[in-house]
Amino acid sequence: MKILVCIKQVPDMESRFKINSEGTWYDEADLAFRMNEYDEYAVEQAVQLKEQLGNEPEITILSIGPDRVVEAIKKALAMGGDRGVHILDNKYYQKDPWQVAATIASYAKEQQFDLIFTGMQSQDRGSAQVGVTIAEQLGMACATTLVGFAYDNGTITVKRELEGGIKGVARMKLPAVVTCQLGLNTPRYPTLPNIMKSKKKELQTLPVADLLKEAELTATDKMYPPAKKGGGIVLEGDVGELVDKLLGILKGKTTVLR
Amino acid sequence: MKALLVCEYREGKLLDSTYELQAFAGQLGADSAMVLIGSEAQAPKFNGKVYLADAGKYGEYNPDQHKKLVLEAVAKENPDYIVFSHSSYGWDLAPRVAAALKTGQISEIVAIVDGKFEVTCCNAKMRRAVTPKTARTVLTIQAGAFSFTGEPHGSPQLEKLELADSASNVEFIGYEAAEQRDVDLTRAEVIVSAGRGIGKKDNVPVIAALAKALGGELGASRPVVDAGWIEHSHQVGTTGQTVSPKLYVACGISGAIQHLAGMKKADFIVAINKDRDAPIGEVADVLVVADVMQFVPAFTAKCAK
Repeated sequence: MKILVCIKQVPDMESRFKINSEGTWYDEADLAFRMNEYDEYAVEQAVQLKEQLGNEPEITILSIGPDRVVEAIKKALAMGGDRGVHILDNKYYQKDPWQVAATIASYAKEQQFDLIFTGMQSQDRGSAQVGVTIAEQLGMACATTLVGFAYDNGTITVKRELEGGIKGVARMKLPAVVTCQLGLNTPRYPTLPNIMKSKKKELQTLPVADLLKEAELTATDKMYPPAKKGGGIVLEGDVGELVDKLLGILKGKTTVLR
Repeated sequence: MKALLVCEYREGKLLDSTYELQAFAGQLGADSAMVLIGSEAQAPKFNGKVYLADAGKYGEYNPDQHKKLVLEAVAKENPDYIVFSHSSYGWDLAPRVAAALKTGQISEIVAIVDGKFEVTCCNAKMRRAVTPKTARTVLTIQAGAFSFTGEPHGSPQLEKLELADSASNVEFIGYEAAEQRDVDLTRAEVIVSAGRGIGKKDNVPVIAALAKALGGELGASRPVVDAGWIEHSHQVGTTGQTVSPKLYVACGISGAIQHLAGMKKADFIVAINKDRDAPIGEVADVLVVADVMQFVPAFTAKCAK
């Protein structure tokens, strides 16, 4: 079995974001990057499946972006991936979800993967489109927002998370694409021996121009912070003083403290 | 300008999000038609055309068939926009329809600003203005961003949709009910919730102590539940409970939209967060910029006096 896991490297979401010189994306300077949280669940599920099948499947880890994304690929290899593919694109943020999907589909078409795992969305752009669009471009079955996954004899049974805490259960035959929701499993921490081993694993670099032949279907005109709705009070300073200020406000504005 | 609105239907019922699609089309200034894979008894109240396919035949979750049915309605209606809710149904189906038509898709729209679609990004800390490059566009709208005011009314002209081919690559098995709740947060007057900002499981009792001092219940954000620090029955948000207490205290919760949807109706909201720009600040009446683990014990001590 051949498995592909598509991962993205994104900034720590607690960062303070500044806009880049083009005005359409964040400035990468001073940001700390890490693997997109949803994708950690995708990597873990692929590795668990490999273990279930007696290590037979080969797991390819793919990421698009500048050189920094190699760090995320290496983490996924240390978690249990077999080989990495870095699609080098320094202007990754100018591509729309259709183009990102087309780039991955163009690579995957040649490789004939049985199963493709992605996160359900990225934490930075959050379109939730790429996984499903890859499936459509390749003519594969697809289910999104997985909180449960089981494989048996060429068929997968998935649990999708729906609103209100209920789940939808569906079954499909491979080949398929699945997108993973938080809580699907417990992503492992790479161990030191596995980190050492991952350094020897194959890592291929491909320029994005070799794979992407599609034009964009949507365009970002600008990025900006949300308009402040106002009204809220912001308290800053010494903790002791903050405690007294908040107590005063709650006594004045609510009935819960008497 | 024409919009085709894709209704959502689950466990035999039309979902209220359907009317948010109407509110959005109103803001867009588009003439609308709707498409529903559901039942005639649950047809939306609407003065216009509703394309109806039978969920008894095509299933409630059958993306392959639903895609083809929506495409049938698109062929008949020739809309400029095809609009879905950004929900477990919409984000699953919309990209399939967009890919089949090779149209651009703009996801999770929160506003229409100067004719451009505003979407959220970076965990709701930033916005982007996005424009389509194709004549026709697929859109998904954020739950709650476009509220329908007044009572839905009208009687639709129904037009039945049928597919010749019933082949599908996904088989729907059924629903699994939400986990039993041993905590009913919906009746609590005070809720003190813990988010990832509390740092570790060992710190949960500190937040629980504040809940107790205020005579309230302990709540939790999703990451804390996923990490196994607090039971799912305490989760507040889209996939947990929707609450409206007199006081809601969010401790170390950044404020993802799924969490905000579950608690923004609280009468008074206090957020304690070291990140001044955390999106929770958008709904908080008071944002205390501080380290949760320093502030909460000090605050609890004063409350308990």
